[in-house]
Amino acid sequence: MDRLLNVTTVMSIVLLIMVLASVRRAHIRVEYSVTWLVAAGAMLVLSRARPVLDLFRRLTGLPDTPLTLFLLAAGVFLMMFFRFSVIISHLRDDNIALAQRVAILEYHIQSLRNHES
Amino acid sequence: MIRTNGPDSLLVIVPALNEEGAIAGVVDSIHKHVPGAPVLVIDDCSSDHTSARAREAGADVLSLPHHLGLGGAVQAGYKLAYELGFDYVIRVDGDGQHDPRDIPRVFDKLKESGCEMVIGSRFAEPTGSDTSVVRRLGIRFFRAVLRPILGKPVHDPTSGFVGVNRTALDVFAGSFPLEYPEIEALVVLQRRRFRFEEIPCKMRPRRTGRSSITAVKSLYYIIHVLLGVFVNVLKFERRLHRTAPPEEGG
Repeated sequence: MDRLLNVTTVMSIVLLIMVLASVRRAHIRVEYSVTWLVAAGAMLVLSRARPVLDLFRRLTGLPDTPLTLFLLAAGVFLMMFFRFSVIISHLRDDNIALAQRVAILEYHIQSLRNHES
Repeated sequence: MIRTNGPDSLLVIVPALNEEGAIAGVVDSIHKHVPGAPVLVIDDCSSDHTSARAREAGADVLSLPHHLGLGGAVQAGYKLAYELGFDYVIRVDGDGQHDPRDIPRVFDKLKESGCEMVIGSRFAEPTGSDTSVVRRLGIRFFRAVLRPILGKPVHDPTSGFVGVNRTALDVFAGSFPLEYPEIEALVVLQRRRFRFEEIPCKMRPRRTGRSSITAVKSLYYIIHVLLGVFVNVLKFERRLHRTAPPEEGG
C-alpha cells in the first residue's frame, strides 16, 4: 500500500513539474493548465494524507484503500476528459465557422479582382 | 461572380471532394438542363483538380481552406447564397448520382408548394431506385424512426438531392448539422414547423470514384444520426416549451 502511495506521489510531482514547465514554455495555455494542476495537486494530497483517503474509503464503502485511490484518480481524469471534450467541441465549431468565413471572403476578393481586371 | 437572376433566383450548389473525374460533367449537365442558373461548386479541400475542372466547366468555386465534411461544405454554400440574396438553393452531389434533368421539377415544386424544402426522392415511386439491400434496410429504419417525429412519412430521408427556399436558407446558414446532415436537417426544419415535400427522382450510379461509406462507417452513421435526431428533438422541445405564451386567466 505504501509503495502504491509513493508511486502516486512521484507521478503527481512529475505531472506538476511537466505542467509548470509546459506553461513556462507556452506549450499549454494558463487557463488549461489549471485543470491539470488541480488534478495533480489533488492526487498529491490524497497520496500523502492517508486519513483523507481512509475517510473517502469509509464514505464510499469500498473494501480497500488502493481501490479508493484508483477510483478517485479515474474520477478526476474522467471529469478532465469531459471538460476537454467540451472545449474541443467549441473549438471545432469556431474553426468551422472561421474556415467558412475565410472561404467566403476569399471568394468575394477573387470576384472583385476579376471584376477589376 | 455569381449574381441573383431576378425574382425567384436559383443557385445550384455542388459540394465536392476529390471529384475531378465527374465534376465537369455534372456542371455541364446542370448548365444544359437549367440554363441561366449559376452553379457554385464547394470544394471541400480536394487533393486533386476538382476546383480547376469545375472552373473550366463554367462553375464558380468556393474553396474551403481545410476539409470540413459534407455538412460544413453545404453550409458554406448556404451562407454564401444567403449573403448574395438568392431565393432558392438546390443541392446536387458532385459525384454525378443526381440527374440535373430533375432540377427544374424540384425548383417548380419549391415555388408552387411554398414549402421550405423539397427532397428529390428515390423511393417516392415504387420502382424508383436500385439501391443496395443494406442501404435500403438503413433507409427503412430511419423512415420508421422519423415517421412519428415528422408527423408524416418521408420516403428517402438520406437523399442529398434537396432544394430549400430562403426561409430554410436563413435557418441553415446559422445552424446546420455537420456530419451526415440530411436526416438531422429534416428534424431541424420540422421542429420549426417548416414543411417539406418529396418528388420522385432517378438516381444514377456514381460516375467515378468510390463511396466513402464502409461497413464500419455505416454503423457509426446510424449511431451518430440517431443521437443527432434525438438531441435535436429534445433541444427544440425545450425551446418550444420555454417560448410558449403564458396561459390566460392564470
